[in-house]
Amino acid sequence: MRCPRGTREFGSSFTVRQISTTSDPVEIAGSNNQNQMEPEMGILNDIGASLLAGDDKKIVEQVNHAIETKVPTTEILDDGLIAGMNVVGTKFRNEEMYLPEVLLSARAMTAAVTLLKPLLIAEEVPSRGKVILGSVQGDLHDIGKNLVGIMLEGAGFAVVDLGIDVPPNKFIEAAVEENASVIGVSSLLTTTMANMKGVVDLVEERGLTEQVKVLVGGAPLTEEFAESIGANGYAYDAANAVEKVIALVGER
Amino acid sequence: MRPSIRFLDEQLITRILDEARELLRTLGVTIHNPEVLTILGDHGAEVDMAAEHAKFTDELIDKALKTSPSSFRLYDVLGNQTHDFSGKNVHYTPGSAAINVLDQSTGEARRPVTADYIRYAKLVGGLKHIAAQSTAFVPGDVAEPISDSYRLFLSLLSCEKPVVTGAFTKNFDVISDLQLIVRGNAEELKQKPLTVISVCPTAPLKWTAAASQNLLDCARHSIPVEYISMPLPGFMAPVTIVGSVIQHTAETLSGITISQLANPGTPMLYGGAPGIFDMRFETTPMGAIETMMIDCAYVEVGKFLNIPTQAYTAMGDAKLPDMQAGFETGMGAALGALTGVNNIAGPGILDFINTFSLEKLVVDNEICGMTFRLLEGIQPRDDFPAVPLFEEFLRDKHLIIADHTRKHLRDEIHLPGPTIDRANRARWQKKGSLTIGELASGEVERIVAEAAPTGLDEGVQAQLIERMEGAARSAGMDALPQRDA
Repeated sequence: MRCPRGTREFGSSFTVRQISTTSDPVEIAGSNNQNQMEPEMGILNDIGASLLAGDDKKIVEQVNHAIETKVPTTEILDDGLIAGMNVVGTKFRNEEMYLPEVLLSARAMTAAVTLLKPLLIAEEVPSRGKVILGSVQGDLHDIGKNLVGIMLEGAGFAVVDLGIDVPPNKFIEAAVEENASVIGVSSLLTTTMANMKGVVDLVEERGLTEQVKVLVGGAPLTEEFAESIGANGYAYDAANAVEKVIALVGER
Repeated sequence: MRPSIRFLDEQLITRILDEARELLRTLGVTIHNPEVLTILGDHGAEVDMAAEHAKFTDELIDKALKTSPSSFRLYDVLGNQTHDFSGKNVHYTPGSAAINVLDQSTGEARRPVTADYIRYAKLVGGLKHIAAQSTAFVPGDVAEPISDSYRLFLSLLSCEKPVVTGAFTKNFDVISDLQLIVRGNAEELKQKPLTVISVCPTAPLKWTAAASQNLLDCARHSIPVEYISMPLPGFMAPVTIVGSVIQHTAETLSGITISQLANPGTPMLYGGAPGIFDMRFETTPMGAIETMMIDCAYVEVGKFLNIPTQAYTAMGDAKLPDMQAGFETGMGAALGALTGVNNIAGPGILDFINTFSLEKLVVDNEICGMTFRLLEGIQPRDDFPAVPLFEEFLRDKHLIIADHTRKHLRDEIHLPGPTIDRANRARWQKKGSLTIGELASGEVERIVAEAAPTGLDEGVQAQLIERMEGAARSAGMDALPQRDA
């Protein structure tokens, strides 16, 4: 018994919602009583609950147990981990969870994905996507960008963080080398935000607009500015960045 | 430590009390109530029945102060405790007795009707930081003689929180009967007070027949009272703050004396509603800083006498719930809380207590919540020694998932409700670029729609209705207005 990706309940009290800007709550049919579930459902349910609790020790035990008992890797990822992070996203938006708890869940997610990674590679399961992150050239600020990185990893994306003061060509080279689908560029200063256009222009110049999308964010930015430089998206905070990356990856 | 402010030192408080006693001894108080005058005379006051006047003695005042309770509690309609009027405990009550309600849909201040009152009572039930109902405004769709008891009736039926109210007609028997019905009997009402009745002396140094009778009636039922002396500096009180506080002290001491002689131990709040007199506009701004200073000062006198206190400090005089309304209410609420006023009144009020706004009440609820955080002060929470935490900080580059953060986040940082905008601009725009008024309006509708029915026993509700219908018939009404609109 499998649920569609990202539409599961953990315990009896959560309604799962996709992390996206548009989706509505998805009611899950069927029983929440674990005793009546197939064994693998119980394990996945436990993994989701540990993710929600941000318990990175317990989730490692549970994921190892799931691997040992031959639960398909994709089910662990989709129905346990990603579905769990979707619940976290919903609770964060509803102000039932705050940022520290979300980031703990993200840490647990990273620990679990680390265990699955060799299996996913061996089974040639495509990853959720890879994101190149960095602060724009001339900008030395990185707190917001780091938060975006943690949230993206927590949502199941691979993240390559190039750090601060990153010139456009470094973003492009990394995106090509890593086969990334999204470049995330951050800026805190009005004096450096103009440099973001260099990244967008270079993606176009290299003919990569189909493969690589550019997402921009940072305190002085606006949706209008993002549009004016030709960026593919604008995120107003870290949680919104995850939503936008999911949307951009879907666009590919 | 709990943060606090002081305006008066002990020497000045003592001087103010001495001067107030001197006023009561030498000039006395006019009291249009032979029964009250008789009681005072029986206890040694110099009474002139023909002039309806009494001069107090120190012994009389001291005797009253000796039996004045230093604390009391309030209980909701179900009998659960909601208030502990002691020490520096702070509780908020909406402002009361406005003549208009602000209709958010039209922007007009209009006479309220029963449906407005029920919406108000349901709203109060859903506001976390507002501990009591007040009888906030006067429904205009019932006969005048029952308008005060009818407000209380609607409150008792529509919301479980206790009620701060007042009596301005001769219908005190209805007001006491309604409370007796809820509690079941007089002893239970005495043990678990349900209301506080505001009673107002008239400046200077006078008690009307109705107000002084209210004092006697409340004392006989052991119903708590709050004395609402209203000095208006420069007009109906000395222009100086100290002079106004002296007048307030004398008027309030006279009320305490009447209550305690009528029934020793009657619970009371040392309250008031002063307002400076703005000579330009002939108005009495409640949001003026000097008004708040008089409030805080008389509260300090009340605390010196070890009597629980009340003040109208959390309100504004703007005609709309605008920036002026916000800053005046915020300033007054914070000052009142820091002074340790036990019952701070005012939330929801605009326009010199003439207009009530449900939207403002929602915003003011957030102000109240912030002042409660303010009163918790600054406490060390696992902050010593500091090195291990900073080692963790340097190692992890942030503290956002640190145990220390998660352990103390909710205690240390008060997160207000959805009316207070703390989103970044883009997120705010995404949600519709709503103003605080629009957000508050949405909250009013949500809270009223989600209000649970009262848990008050249906049989008790039926008795309340029967009693109120009887009072309405006596006042010439065939029926009470519909309540289920």
